[in-house]
Amino acid sequence: MMPEIGHFALIIAFCLTLLLATVPAWGAWRGNAVAMALAPTLAVGVLVFVGISFGCLASAFLQDDFSVALVASHSNTLLPPMYKFAAVWGNHEGSLVLWALILAMWTAAVALFSPQLPLLVLSRVLSVMGAIGIGFLSFSLVTSNPFARLLPNTPVEGGDLNPLLQDPGLIIHPPLLYMGYVGFSVAFAFAIAALLGGRLDASWARWSRPWTNVAWGFLSLGIMLGSWWAYYELGWGGWWFWDPVENASFMPWLAGTALIHSLAATDKRGLFKSWTVLLAIFAFSLSLLGTFLVRSGVLTSVHAFATDPARGMFILVFLALVVGGSLTLYALRAPAVSSRVTFGWASRESLLLVNNVVFLVATLTVLFGTLFPLIVDGLGMGKVSVGPPYFNAVFVPLMALLVPFMGIGPVSRWKHDDVSRWRSELVVPALAAVVCGVTFPLLHAPYNIWVALAVLMSAWLVLGLVQDVWRRLRNASSAARGLARLTPGYCGMLIAHLGFAACVTGVVATSQYSAERDLKMSPGNTQTLAGYDFRFVEVVKVRGPNFAADEARFEVSRDGVVVANMSPQKRRYLATGSVMTEAAIDPGLFRDIYVAMGEPIGSDGAWAMRLHYKPLVRWMWLGAIFMAVGAFTSVLDKRYRRQRGAVYAGDEATLHGA
Amino acid sequence: MGPRLKLFLPLFLFAMLAITLFRGLSLDPAEMPSALIDRPLPAFNLPQLGLPGLLSEQDIEGQVSLLNVWATWCIACRVEHPYLQQLSDQGVVIVGINYKDNDAAAERWLEELGNPYRFNIADNDGTLGLDLGVYGAPETYLVDSAGVIRYRHVGVVDETVWNTLLEPAYQELIEEGETQ
Amino acid sequence: MKAITLLVTVMLVISAQPALTLIETYDFSNPELEVRYQNLTEELRCPKCQNQNIADSNAPIAQDLRRLLHQQLEEGASNDEILDYMVARYGEFVRYRPSFGGASIVLWMAPALLLLAAAGVLLITLRSKSKSNSDGVASLSAEEQLKLESLLNKAEQDS
Repeated sequence: MMPEIGHFALIIAFCLTLLLATVPAWGAWRGNAVAMALAPTLAVGVLVFVGISFGCLASAFLQDDFSVALVASHSNTLLPPMYKFAAVWGNHEGSLVLWALILAMWTAAVALFSPQLPLLVLSRVLSVMGAIGIGFLSFSLVTSNPFARLLPNTPVEGGDLNPLLQDPGLIIHPPLLYMGYVGFSVAFAFAIAALLGGRLDASWARWSRPWTNVAWGFLSLGIMLGSWWAYYELGWGGWWFWDPVENASFMPWLAGTALIHSLAATDKRGLFKSWTVLLAIFAFSLSLLGTFLVRSGVLTSVHAFATDPARGMFILVFLALVVGGSLTLYALRAPAVSSRVTFGWASRESLLLVNNVVFLVATLTVLFGTLFPLIVDGLGMGKVSVGPPYFNAVFVPLMALLVPFMGIGPVSRWKHDDVSRWRSELVVPALAAVVCGVTFPLLHAPYNIWVALAVLMSAWLVLGLVQDVWRRLRNASSAARGLARLTPGYCGMLIAHLGFAACVTGVVATSQYSAERDLKMSPGNTQTLAGYDFRFVEVVKVRGPNFAADEARFEVSRDGVVVANMSPQKRRYLATGSVMTEAAIDPGLFRDIYVAMGEPIGSDGAWAMRLHYKPLVRWMWLGAIFMAVGAFTSVLDKRYRRQRGAVYAGDEATLHGA
Repeated sequence: MGPRLKLFLPLFLFAMLAITLFRGLSLDPAEMPSALIDRPLPAFNLPQLGLPGLLSEQDIEGQVSLLNVWATWCIACRVEHPYLQQLSDQGVVIVGINYKDNDAAAERWLEELGNPYRFNIADNDGTLGLDLGVYGAPETYLVDSAGVIRYRHVGVVDETVWNTLLEPAYQELIEEGETQ
Repeated sequence: MKAITLLVTVMLVISAQPALTLIETYDFSNPELEVRYQNLTEELRCPKCQNQNIADSNAPIAQDLRRLLHQQLEEGASNDEILDYMVARYGEFVRYRPSFGGASIVLWMAPALLLLAAAGVLLITLRSKSKSNSDGVASLSAEEQLKLESLLNKAEQDS
């Protein structure tokens, strides 16, 4: 019964979404206030019904209802309850319902938390989001029905959730990622609404900034979690592979970074209005492109869902309509003449443009690299592969190019600034950064020039920010007053940029200083890696809720002092018989130690073991968390909350005139 | 019109992308053509399965043949076997490469299921497989009478595969051989 | 028919499932070889996996290639020779770092070209923005000045 209710609720949600996409938009076109005012109600209605649908699907999983085909293929009675819940989105059909749910949540949020928005704008924005919802709900209902039943031959037991997914990471990684991707639809909707309205001023940027920052923050967290999850789950210490699916999430992030900075310029100075609109369209288009790449089978990936070219066709058509339509609208409606607002060569505006240039080139490079095998194959020129060696070689220099400008940014002034002022303000941090860059790598033999460069760049960013904060506090009458004067916007920037610096340091340190050994070890052996002694104590048999495992016990010490006890496992999952390695990690702020079990060698208790030493690897993920926190902090700024009841003179006339 | 035209650039670029993706839907990214097409068979010197003596690439030259990579641990090979038997009965020359397998098990298999192969090369270490670019069994190569590899099929050879992919090429090579 | 194809594909895939994490313990006569081994296993792609390098893959073919790599390194082959050997057998597909020849040259040049193009647009934009600045700002009439002041006062009261 429940699955049918869920299915029915999804259909109702689809109908409501159809209304949401059409009625308020028509109302905005005709100036019909009643039609426009329906938008928030419809948005909430969609959320309610998608929520019910999702709830029914989740309860089918939690109750082991194997008559639902999805539950039968992706779940199992032995699965712990939290993984039964996460299994809802551990597959193509369920993840689409999650997409639709999160889209409905963002739509309702915009509907409910935008009191300052003129109804004319709000109705258009919500209609655009509804139009996107039509795509996903119809995709789900038409090609990927999650509620398909296996009647009358209901299996007694399900297949299993892929053991790789049986991990807390699955519970949060996709939802966070979707919060990010889908969140960019808000900026997209605002941009389209601005184009539809024909009045492309800076207000759309003011309104969409908080939404975009929050979406970007979530996406940062989602990507970070994916990287961390791969690191501890897969057993070989990797954390980023430039896999097409990973790139599918990274491209919106890169474009999103350009977007949040461009929005700042448009908001503050009314500049680059149509460029920012284009960026908003671009970022969301990349989200949709990502959906296509992951589900169509066009590119090979370990992460891809079960692929089906027919589904791919559906998404491609949707993509063509949404992106093609929005770019046509852009071409027709965006102002052909640029604004008369001016700024000098040395100014915050030009630094923000540098940011845009770097991130845009980065996005396009990743896009081209990801699609290159497809292009070459399509032209009949054979099969090539593009992987980490290529991406690392081109991406790292781009980021390096960005950093010098990034250090000047926070200190720069709008419109007109002076290079000599920059020089005098930043000479101390610059010199200190050089000193750091030269000296810190001496702590770790052999001397590594890449680490030196990375430290120099991170120190440049950090010290520049520290100095700026200190100046502001010093100029205030008291420290407390000074701190209070630091706006959430500024603090957000500060935290996010610090996070970026941490990330850069972590990435380079780990890439350069990691050590790894694959060894044959028997109980009683001790091996050394990077100054740590790993003593293999024993192997015991353990039992989990749905697996049986061999657990190896290690005692790790440094200079004779025990620093960690580690227990990697080799698990055999009872439902499918598949065997997985569960690595043991001793986390630390400055280093991770990692032990993974291979296979038994011979019959005298020897095992193949992989030992890793990974310095500063956590800085990468902590940096990403900081970036997200910075983004969330920036929206606390009171200017986003202040504008209740602001009236748009032009719209009043239109509203009453109809 | 000039500045307005510039604004159509993103749409144009997107259209190119969409066409590429559309084309991509009909391609198979996992399909990998052999790197040895139109190249001669790699040289090798391996024992024969079930018989004394060594075989080399010269033993395969002289007629158009199918080179079938198989093993007893490969379930799909078992599925393919009856059809290979059928082809062999029709007169198609099939040479087997017993890939990374156990000789005794392989001989037992052939006894039980029948032997469609003219002869079998015992490639226990997989060295010939490596030289051919084999990445999994079953794989079937079409080799012409001069010992040049002309086609590779990865996966089971069944009636459809034979009729649509292999037979036309096979017939062509036979005719080519006859006219020479 | 389709069912059989599917079944067979599944079976082919199952025989290569990453079910076991195979960690081989190769001994190298020289630590520099071990470093080259680690780098090359990350550059070579497993021919049959879903986008994995041979370092991370547990497929039998990946194991074979790792063993071959170890052997060739010990025999003294250079990195280029090893890569050429692999490409001769498995095609360009097996390299994660595209070669500099043929179509891939476009790939390697793309980032630099994009950067130049974008930087060019940036410079043109900056020039036009700073040039019109020297036109000066039109002055306000007295009425406009009053209006401006009242608006500014109002803004201050609000903040």
